[in-house]
Amino acid sequence: MNSIVTPIKSERLVIVGNGMVGHHCVEQLVERLLGRGTLGLHEIHVYGEERQRAYDRVHLSEYFGGRDAESLALCEADYYARHGVQAHLGVQVIDIDRDRREVITTAGRQPYDRLILATGSYPFVPPIAGAEGNARLVYRTLDDLDGIRAAAAGARRGVVVGGGLLGLEAANALKSLGLEAHVVEFAPRLMPVQLDEQGGAALKARIEALGVGVHLSRATQEIIVGEEYAYRMAFQDGDFLETDLIVFSAGIRPQDALARRCGLDVGARGGVVVDNDCRTSDPAIFAIGECAAWNGSVFGLVAPGYTMARTVAAQLAGEAHTPFTGADMSTKLKLLGVDVGSIGDAHGATPGSKSYRFIDEATASYRRLVVSPDGKTVIGAVLVGDNSYYDTLLQYAQNGIKLPAEPSGLILPAGEGAPALGADALPDTATICSCHNVSKGAVCCQIDAGVTDLGELKAATKAGTGCGGCSALLKQVFEHELAARGVAVDKSLCEHFAYTRQELYGIVRVEGIQTFEALLAKHGRGHVGCDICKPAVGSILASCWNKPITDPLLIPLQDTNDTFMANMQKNGTYSIVPRIAGGEITPDKLIVLGQVAKKYDLYTKITGGQRIDLFGAQLHELPDIWGELIDAGFETGHAYGKSLRTVKSCVGSTWCRYGVQDSVGMALRLEDRYKGLRSPHKIKFGVSGCTRECAEAQSKDIGVIATDKGWNLYVAGNGGMRPRHAELLATDLDDETLVRTIDRFLMFYVRTADKLQRTSVWRESLEGGLDYLKDVIVHDSLGLGAELEAQMQLVVDRYECEWANALKDPEKLKRFRTFVNDERGDPDVHFVKERGQRRPVRASELHLIPVAEEAL
Amino acid sequence: MSQSNTLRVQPLETVTWRALCSRQDLVAHSGVVAWLDGEQVALFHLPDTETGDQVFAIANKDPKSGANVIGRGIVGQLKGDLVIASPLYKQHFRLADGTCLEYPEQRLRVWPARLNGDAVEIAH
Repeated sequence: MNSIVTPIKSERLVIVGNGMVGHHCVEQLVERLLGRGTLGLHEIHVYGEERQRAYDRVHLSEYFGGRDAESLALCEADYYARHGVQAHLGVQVIDIDRDRREVITTAGRQPYDRLILATGSYPFVPPIAGAEGNARLVYRTLDDLDGIRAAAAGARRGVVVGGGLLGLEAANALKSLGLEAHVVEFAPRLMPVQLDEQGGAALKARIEALGVGVHLSRATQEIIVGEEYAYRMAFQDGDFLETDLIVFSAGIRPQDALARRCGLDVGARGGVVVDNDCRTSDPAIFAIGECAAWNGSVFGLVAPGYTMARTVAAQLAGEAHTPFTGADMSTKLKLLGVDVGSIGDAHGATPGSKSYRFIDEATASYRRLVVSPDGKTVIGAVLVGDNSYYDTLLQYAQNGIKLPAEPSGLILPAGEGAPALGADALPDTATICSCHNVSKGAVCCQIDAGVTDLGELKAATKAGTGCGGCSALLKQVFEHELAARGVAVDKSLCEHFAYTRQELYGIVRVEGIQTFEALLAKHGRGHVGCDICKPAVGSILASCWNKPITDPLLIPLQDTNDTFMANMQKNGTYSIVPRIAGGEITPDKLIVLGQVAKKYDLYTKITGGQRIDLFGAQLHELPDIWGELIDAGFETGHAYGKSLRTVKSCVGSTWCRYGVQDSVGMALRLEDRYKGLRSPHKIKFGVSGCTRECAEAQSKDIGVIATDKGWNLYVAGNGGMRPRHAELLATDLDDETLVRTIDRFLMFYVRTADKLQRTSVWRESLEGGLDYLKDVIVHDSLGLGAELEAQMQLVVDRYECEWANALKDPEKLKRFRTFVNDERGDPDVHFVKERGQRRPVRASELHLIPVAEEAL
Repeated sequence: MSQSNTLRVQPLETVTWRALCSRQDLVAHSGVVAWLDGEQVALFHLPDTETGDQVFAIANKDPKSGANVIGRGIVGQLKGDLVIASPLYKQHFRLADGTCLEYPEQRLRVWPARLNGDAVEIAH
């Protein structure tokens, strides 16, 4: 108890129910009382019927995926005790004596000053003859799940009655227990509340593809003993389905028995009636979550329950509170691995509303956009198969944002250019970061308080620090709002150059600047530079003039990988990737690679780009290794550079019965032409010999796919962290036109991209998009074509293998010494054997990330 | 050993200078690494700083990765301080005193260093 003598009598708060909402209410209460320094003035009692403390019911199905009860718990084991909250778990509240203000429990009476009911709901099991034992399981609590697990032992098939959200979760649980899962739904479609007919059909197709049986419009008449399985479910139409166990998930009913018994007002369809303050008909009693009925509705989602919990906690703590005024039932979830989203009026029930629909039967994707009768705003949406549209649609719906001229673009495949919302179109209430609930208004507040740095903004608001999905939007909003306040958004490369990479490129090109020193002296600050501007300028100089990067004036500019022409790994050793153009290699050369790897004991791995990576060489070994490789006819693969990496190819018409063009021949030609081109970031190509696309060209910066008449050229694709399909730039090109078009595209990219910007991101940032790019590259709208081709030709003509160049010059080889005053290697580099090869020893370095450049 | 101006201005009688390598071993505006009785010293040569032709000596081991890579980083100047960026995780260390700008708890040992004729010397 509080040691300070105080005239204020402590208030007794009793919370009945320790589910997600009940627990959230306690947490909110504790946080607020702590903040006000009044926690000690309250005596808080929590009653929970279950033995476990509050756990995450939303992720209940993970209990079968390996998570235990403890990891599903919503708080630390000592949370309640630590804050002086008395938790009575496994204790049932039997009645409420409202006159004496006491709850009557299986463990005795407990007086209260104010009481919160958070008793939740219970699963509804329709009255069906024979529904008992393993034919009458439910899916709500951890105990229920233990029951299902016990029933599943030795069972082959399981049925879930109910094709709603929870039913599909339950089906997933049965599936993860190794049962053949079936879903039986009374309505003619799955998730009848959230989805319309076509949405339900798309979801059904996807779920059936996962091996789950779906039976619609089926009412179970009775359950009898089965012939092949334990039970037989007889349907009203004479049909039947046999199974070893049945889980009922046919909806929930508010757990309002206590309220009924003590005479509180209860809604017509159940639920304790509450007002906007979540107060029941007894002013000393509140009700929150699924047991409460507000305005005749019960909310079966956790978010509205949390909102109610916050409303009540604020009142109990004596703070100003936001009244509960209903909840948005929009949901976005993954059921059985399938994206499902439902926003607002998903059924288009609003009179006069109009719908746009996108149906893709090939992949069972479905999207519906419901707009207001005047066609100006989004009032609902349905998504099946791809939830990436959800956030934007929700912003439109929640904030009443005026629709674009072509609303269908909001649900069309992204490749068609779905218009993302611009920063200025978002109202202040728009949620930017949903993980930490940060609105655009909150971002603006920070800016008004003087924040001008994105890192500071993230620290202050937590925005973008959850899943990180909002980072791009956050940056966009931040920069837009800064600009709107007249704060110049600093796009300087670094403190030494007040220019962007594009601007510096222009300066270097126009003024013919050849060295970093000259550029810094004329257009920069200071006389040293830094690790940002040096490599960026080094790359620009190489793109423009393609002098050997081993030039003494260029050496200090390069990152270590470029300087030593190899890829530094986490222990300071290097990996070596010789060029294997198009992935084509003679047996003799393959043998040489093996011999070199064996001689220097290099860990050997095939890369995703059809090459071979040799790991573990120390600095002083690089020249010897390269000497042997060059003697065998290899040249550098530039795996260390921001430059052309690989041209991946399929075997093409030479061998393949489907091939229509010589894809290997074209890959060799392209790799030979563009090898050594330094660019803002790495560049990967793919060439496929037919439309089957075995070279995966559409995931590359440049993708070339053979047609009967020539080549289709795709650009700006990407794999890796942010996959992006390449876009078709030109069709049926002959060999010469193909090369000319790629020349123009690459040089235009080199000229206009930001530093370390891949073609995919660059393309997305281009105003005018793909059409603009086509105009410039294919139709030469800027009259740049000839110039871009000539600049590329200069780079091509000046190509020289950097390793061959370095090996010719003893002065350049001087740097390849581990110690300048000693012959030994680095004594701290240690290896161990694993699977017949050596790898760096692990000490406490688990937190380290390999810095292999050619990760994909 | 000849008495240079530096030695007269700062009485460092107790310090012994030790030659590690020659001027020709250095790479201008960049780094090399020397062996010093089991320690690894990264040497950076900056021919035209405000104080003239200068050599900096700093420990070669990157505290974040545990790898001996500092000598292979890029030299730069941030807010007036000459710094070296680790090539693995790009954190910056002040050449003057070895302090890490991003993580002050990471600090590299530095040695006084000078060019003495053709010899590169550090105080040891």
